Amino acid sequence: MSAPLTSLDRPNSYIGRSVPRPNAKRLLAGRGRYVSDLRLPRMLYAAFLRSPHAHAKIISIDAEQARALEGVHLVATGADLAKICTSWTGTLDHFKGMTSTPQLPLPLDRVVWAGQAVVAVVAESRAIAEDALELIEIDYEDLPVVADIDSAREAGGPLINPGNANNVCFRSQLDSGSVDDAFAHAAHVVEEEFCFGRHTAVTLEPRAIVADYDPAAGALTVHHATQTPYQFQDLYSRHYGIPEARVRVIATDIGGSFGMKLHVYHEDMAVVGLSILLGRPVKYVADRIESFVSDIHARDHRVRARMALDAKGEILAMDVLDLTAIGAFSTYPRTSVVEGNQVIRLMGAPYRFKNYRATLEVIFQNKVQTSQYRAVGHPIACAVTERLVDMAAAKVGLDPFAIRAQNLIADDAYPQTSPTGYRFEALSHQACLKRLHAIMDYDALRAEQAELRKAGIYRGIGIAAFVEITNPSPAFYGVGGARISSQDGAILSLTPSGEVRCLISVTEQGQGTEAIISQIVADQLGLAQEHVKVITGDTEVTPHGGATWACRGAGIGGETALQATRALKRNILEIAALILQEQPSALDIINGEVVDAGTGNQRMPISEIARIAYFRSDTLPPGTQAQLTVSHHFAPQGYPFAFTNGIQGCSLEVDVETGFIKVLKHFIVEDCGRVINPMLVDEQLRGGIVQGLGAALFEECRYSETGQLVNGSLADYLVPMPMEMPDIVIAHVETPTADTELGAKGCGEAGTAAASACVLNAVNDALLPFDATINSIPITPAKVLKALKRF
Amino acid sequence: MKARAFSYFRAATIDQALDAHARAGDDARFIAGGQSLVPALSLRLQAPRLLIDITRIGELRGVRREGGFLRIGALTRHCEMLSEPLIAEFAPLLHAAAPFIAHPAIRNRGTFGGSVAQADPASEFPAMTLALDAEIEIIGPSGSRRVKADDFFVDLFETALQPGELITAVFVPLFKADQRFAFDELARRRGDYALVGCGMLATCTGEIIDDIRISFFSVGNTPTRVKGTEATLIGSSLGAERIAAAQAALASDLAPPDSDEVPPAMRLHLARVLLGRMLGRLGEGA
Repeated sequence: MSAPLTSLDRPNSYIGRSVPRPNAKRLLAGRGRYVSDLRLPRMLYAAFLRSPHAHAKIISIDAEQARALEGVHLVATGADLAKICTSWTGTLDHFKGMTSTPQLPLPLDRVVWAGQAVVAVVAESRAIAEDALELIEIDYEDLPVVADIDSAREAGGPLINPGNANNVCFRSQLDSGSVDDAFAHAAHVVEEEFCFGRHTAVTLEPRAIVADYDPAAGALTVHHATQTPYQFQDLYSRHYGIPEARVRVIATDIGGSFGMKLHVYHEDMAVVGLSILLGRPVKYVADRIESFVSDIHARDHRVRARMALDAKGEILAMDVLDLTAIGAFSTYPRTSVVEGNQVIRLMGAPYRFKNYRATLEVIFQNKVQTSQYRAVGHPIACAVTERLVDMAAAKVGLDPFAIRAQNLIADDAYPQTSPTGYRFEALSHQACLKRLHAIMDYDALRAEQAELRKAGIYRGIGIAAFVEITNPSPAFYGVGGARISSQDGAILSLTPSGEVRCLISVTEQGQGTEAIISQIVADQLGLAQEHVKVITGDTEVTPHGGATWACRGAGIGGETALQATRALKRNILEIAALILQEQPSALDIINGEVVDAGTGNQRMPISEIARIAYFRSDTLPPGTQAQLTVSHHFAPQGYPFAFTNGIQGCSLEVDVETGFIKVLKHFIVEDCGRVINPMLVDEQLRGGIVQGLGAALFEECRYSETGQLVNGSLADYLVPMPMEMPDIVIAHVETPTADTELGAKGCGEAGTAAASACVLNAVNDALLPFDATINSIPITPAKVLKALKRF
Repeated sequence: MKARAFSYFRAATIDQALDAHARAGDDARFIAGGQSLVPALSLRLQAPRLLIDITRIGELRGVRREGGFLRIGALTRHCEMLSEPLIAEFAPLLHAAAPFIAHPAIRNRGTFGGSVAQADPASEFPAMTLALDAEIEIIGPSGSRRVKADDFFVDLFETALQPGELITAVFVPLFKADQRFAFDELARRRGDYALVGCGMLATCTGEIIDDIRISFFSVGNTPTRVKGTEATLIGSSLGAERIAAAQAALASDLAPPDSDEVPPAMRLHLARVLLGRMLGRLGEGA
């Protein structure tokens, strides 16, 4: 605990205490209410016929037999939905020069990836709808498929969008100057080309939606498994021409999202239209096979990077080219270029060198769209930087810890601006590095490694420092013209029995948002946590806000709750002061009791204040109007982002005969500012690390040359499982942000940000006795054996 | 995805099951554990008109000694391979293979007979019937017969089973005091289909191998016995040189197919590594 003590640190504070999530027991008991559980009266079911081709012209669609099937209520094509839904284009103004083609719920005349929904059937059951799909005949004419970065960039090669000059979506450059000079005078230069495969979110609950349009009221209700109900309220309103106040989006229990559930998907837009056309509720739940070909994918980068150092191992400069291949268009409304943009801006972020140059090229190809997924861009920037640092250490003759101790920004050197333009308020790289060295027992690990190597056992140790982007301001999306809020709102009420209801715009997807909000409210009001009820995820009742993405729930949502609670407390104490004939400042609330601020002596329970205010206002002084409901909004100000930092370590063993890798132990020291609930922060870190290890070792969406996803099932796409996951050791350093009272920053991406970089470094460390290096993620047995020339 | 509509019939006897199949004009499938069939139905890879549930047929249950064999009823579940003492004592290779099959929820439902009938070339049990020199008892419209495992597996998902026929039991020769066995596989994650897997059963005089049967899975269209490799081992003890010779011989016994993730040369390499490690353990008395 390195943070200075404040009122948040007083004994028995809920802030900083591990308390269980109030909703965990309900979900564990099977009492969750997910969209797929929902059965509305007169509800129908949608299914989609998908394109088997990665790129083809639609010549004709014959759906007569499907329409005639008993139980089928509607067969809709692109043309049918285009009559009621306006198109969308996934560009943002602050990405100068980016292009993308307008999208409709279903295509009119061309498919651009294998798995794209082409025709919708609505029937009395999903099974009947699928029967009808088998009766639809679509005549396609094949078009040339662009299935990888190289063929997409080939001059004179096939074009995905006929009107365009090439397949480039967006280009961007950063140049701080003097890079060529730095490389020319460097004592050491290290250079490598890295590949990062595609992977996808694989949430436990797939995408799910029930759209319910009521023609009589002209009102649309959408039950939607989404992170961002307000964003979708706005989009459904604008694209279907329904006044915003008549669109209600309800996001009930959500089974994981990881960034996947905040993008516009064609099927979801279509389902809204199908409900409008039918005037009945329509449900669509993606099955796992559909999820693989229609959920956003992430990563898919090829990075060439070099680093210049002086003779002592001081980093002088970095020079980076990131080529990233997205889908055939950019995702709406957050685009598909944010990841690449963050890759080139997060490169080298933990280090203090000043000369940096980067080029980003975002390229279209005939695959499913890519967009934001947990730790957007971070793992790529981290792996590239940290691998180069390790290569440099080897070249200079320094230990990985030593070169980092030499180059990481000093903890007393803040504020700092990175060579890519990011402004850091206060980070703790050096403290984290020291702590990692201790919790890894690094020297002992190295000794053990040397000993085992003699016995033909090849262990590797890898470390990776990272910077994480959290608490985004409007600089993230708002400035680009997206109607995506960076502020949050809360409405707090003291109930007649002295409990508190908190309606707040941040949402819950299983990570514990409701738990930390109730902790903050309980802490700030002086109430037991079980007397705080938090309500989220319904645009009809919760105030408009950004909801939960990009690490903002605790930092921004939490501060919103804190400020709202302080306002409610002031109002409660005002009434208490009138009743007790005291000054409000002489009173406080502890454990649901109004007390003397000085002595702590109990004066009266707040339930009594609520009783009097609600039922015996006649006993209050004339003119008193008790305000026991407050609403409050909070928008982040000050730094555009609250950056966090940390470092991870990994110990693993490579079986050099089979290429199999066993992760033995993983370590993280993380600084997310004020920790509200240590248990939940640790769970976030562990979950994030597991997803990062999945990316490092297992997860990849593999495509054929014709653009077919060849491993689109859970039998073939390997997600990390408990048997393969190591113990994860966690330590914290706390550097609260001064931009908020709460001081909390995000922690959701930290685990994923550096886990794959650690594994990459550790595998290369293990392979050191051989003439073999790995520069590609995921690190499969095939890649290891190939590097070792075993076959 | 949802399965296409089908009819369902629960048979109480073998005769009822065979009769229902015949009456459906063979547009029917027997279902026991359903761990392969139900996903295939849901994916609409298969859409029979009729499912005949055989799980209540008592004659297909039970594990008992019969002459020099252990008779393992077709409905014996994978989890019972772990819990049944007769299996552990008389068919220890099956006992050793069982924990590698998928995950507990699947082992609780999947059946031994179903796995052998499905003949998935990546499955553990079909390959083990080869290593064990087991005999598969089949019943059908034209009566009952026993087929040696060596003759049972024909091609990808194709066996000696004719339409309308059913496996009633698998007969495994009783494990003897002079025998040794080994099982292992290389899978990316515990419970996955293996990149390559192997089971072996050797009969020894002291350290000398008198006879050995080695069977691989995940190496081709069928579970595969490696007879050339076996031949290199018979009549000698398991020294490093002999093991190396056996590893070299694998190249002529195996012709792994190409796959997008595991090139044939890599699979052959992994098979050699696995074989070497297992023979090493067998030599130590595994």
